[in-house]
Amino acid sequence: MMTRMVMQRIGIGFATLIVVSIIVFIATSILPGDVAQIVLGQSATPETLAALRAELGLDQPGYIRYFLWLGNMMTGDLGTSKAGGATIASLIGGRLGNTLMMAGWVAVISIPISIALGLWAAMHPGTWLDRIVTFGTLSLISVPEFFIATVAVLILAVELHWLPSTAYMTGEETFWELMKALAMPLITLVIVVSAQMIRMTRAGILNVMSSPYIEMAILKGVPRGRIILRHAFFNAIGPIINVIALNLAYLVSGVVIVETIFAYPGLAKLMIDGVQTRDLPLVQACAMIFCATYVVLILIADVGSILSNPRLRNPK
Amino acid sequence: MTEQVATKKEEEVLAELDSFAELPDAPPKRKFRLSWVGWLSVGVVVFWLVICVIGPSIAPFHEMDMDGDDSFLPAGQGEYGYFYLGTDYLSRDTFSRILFGARNTIGISLAATLLAYLMGITLGILAAVKGGWIDMGISRVNDAILALPTIMLGLIVIAALGSSIPILIGTAAVIYATSVFRIARALGQDIMVQDYVEAAATRGEGIWWIIRAEVLPNAAMPLATDFGLRLVFVVLFISSLSFLGLGVQPPASDWGSMVRENLQGLTYGSYAAIWPALAIASFTIAINLIVDDISAKSGGSLAKKMV
Repeated sequence: MMTRMVMQRIGIGFATLIVVSIIVFIATSILPGDVAQIVLGQSATPETLAALRAELGLDQPGYIRYFLWLGNMMTGDLGTSKAGGATIASLIGGRLGNTLMMAGWVAVISIPISIALGLWAAMHPGTWLDRIVTFGTLSLISVPEFFIATVAVLILAVELHWLPSTAYMTGEETFWELMKALAMPLITLVIVVSAQMIRMTRAGILNVMSSPYIEMAILKGVPRGRIILRHAFFNAIGPIINVIALNLAYLVSGVVIVETIFAYPGLAKLMIDGVQTRDLPLVQACAMIFCATYVVLILIADVGSILSNPRLRNPK
Repeated sequence: MTEQVATKKEEEVLAELDSFAELPDAPPKRKFRLSWVGWLSVGVVVFWLVICVIGPSIAPFHEMDMDGDDSFLPAGQGEYGYFYLGTDYLSRDTFSRILFGARNTIGISLAATLLAYLMGITLGILAAVKGGWIDMGISRVNDAILALPTIMLGLIVIAALGSSIPILIGTAAVIYATSVFRIARALGQDIMVQDYVEAAATRGEGIWWIIRAEVLPNAAMPLATDFGLRLVFVVLFISSLSFLGLGVQPPASDWGSMVRENLQGLTYGSYAAIWPALAIASFTIAINLIVDDISAKSGGSLAKKMV
């Protein structure tokens, strides 16, 4: 039963990816103003337009172009950028590594902090410290990511002069120089992601706390710290795994803002530049990478919550 | 746990739970009582809504006039008048631009949210009432859009179509209509199996009568609670796009693009980027606090009280 459910989830994830590719393709290819028009701009004559369209394969029907595009993407041929003529694979290469490195550090820092704070707030509901955590995290998730980033720059870079306000990297830094360049984007992203995770961890634990076996434990006099750590926590692990994967997925939108504001040479910055110059093949490739990552993380969350549920793991 | 549940944000789950608490067979409704924080937040929201209407007429300068003596000046007297919050990177009055910008930022977001509600409720109720393949079709497309990060969808559309105010409103409306659809459909399905709907159907009432007289009135209140949350998401979405330079285009004033334009001023000690950011934060935090206040459960279980 469990294997079937997991397979079913993976199937749904795969189908979502196909639909995603269709959406990305339709949105960027069939809408008015095709690539040939954009490349030629004002100087377009009907003849040059037709020639360029034929060269780019734009004269073929939409579904054929879709399968060609999908096939190329599967085999790693992401096409060439319309702006510089460089292959998109070469543009993306290093950038993807930078973004993954940042996401990795954010996960390593924010997950322990969030679970600890969320647990701690759930252990002391209603106290003024819990209220500060609740109010603080609510405020943080209500404001745009760039607000947090702007305030971080104001305090840490402008007023205190502790950190540089851009994340410029040459590729030849020592570990400490790298950390210093990464610090501002990291701090911003950790704040954004942790606020969400703390709230969801707290809510998850409090949810478990209202179940009958916890009431039983209270009535037989088990100390509350022990109730949280021995009874509630293990039953909340499923929801917490879910929370972690979901929040890493939300990193996608945070990364877009943070890479722009700190000029961090990552994939999202590349994509924004692509949107600004309307470099559609580049945008398509980046969007597919981001969406695929998102779908896979959500899938992990789903499978994680199935695996952590003993009733599904050990069917009768 | 289904995929749909796993992809929800915490707020959406809470909003949905609240939605069901408002159904006809739920216990009698709590009194509509707000704490002082709630009232303060209502004040902030009303203040900004009023500014949307009267902002441009009370602003000391026009949003596009470069009346200041220099860029990034602190608050003070200039040649043409008093600059309450200083000047921005083009020597324009930051205070006036915030007053003008309220109309763009909040106006566009409100328009998009209303449009999202119109689409989401229409399709959601339709799916719930008709069922069958109509429901299947709409739901599948809906799930696919919902499975993508909103900012990615926005970027893809803007890459293809360019940025203008109608496109911003349309894109945000379609993206956020998906969540409204899901809530409206769930509510509609719940209401459609109630006894009073069955009674009306037996009485021989037509489908439109049932939708108008039974389904919509009963779904209205829970959907209204959700409106606030959705508006916050849309404000954040629109201002993030503006911040990336892909939303409201200069020289029009918009809080998101104002932060972007004046970011470089931070290094000269100018707060021109901070004020619009604070304006967004005050509006969105206030709405979230109101929603939080309304949905806060009075009482609670034994465990919550004792642990």
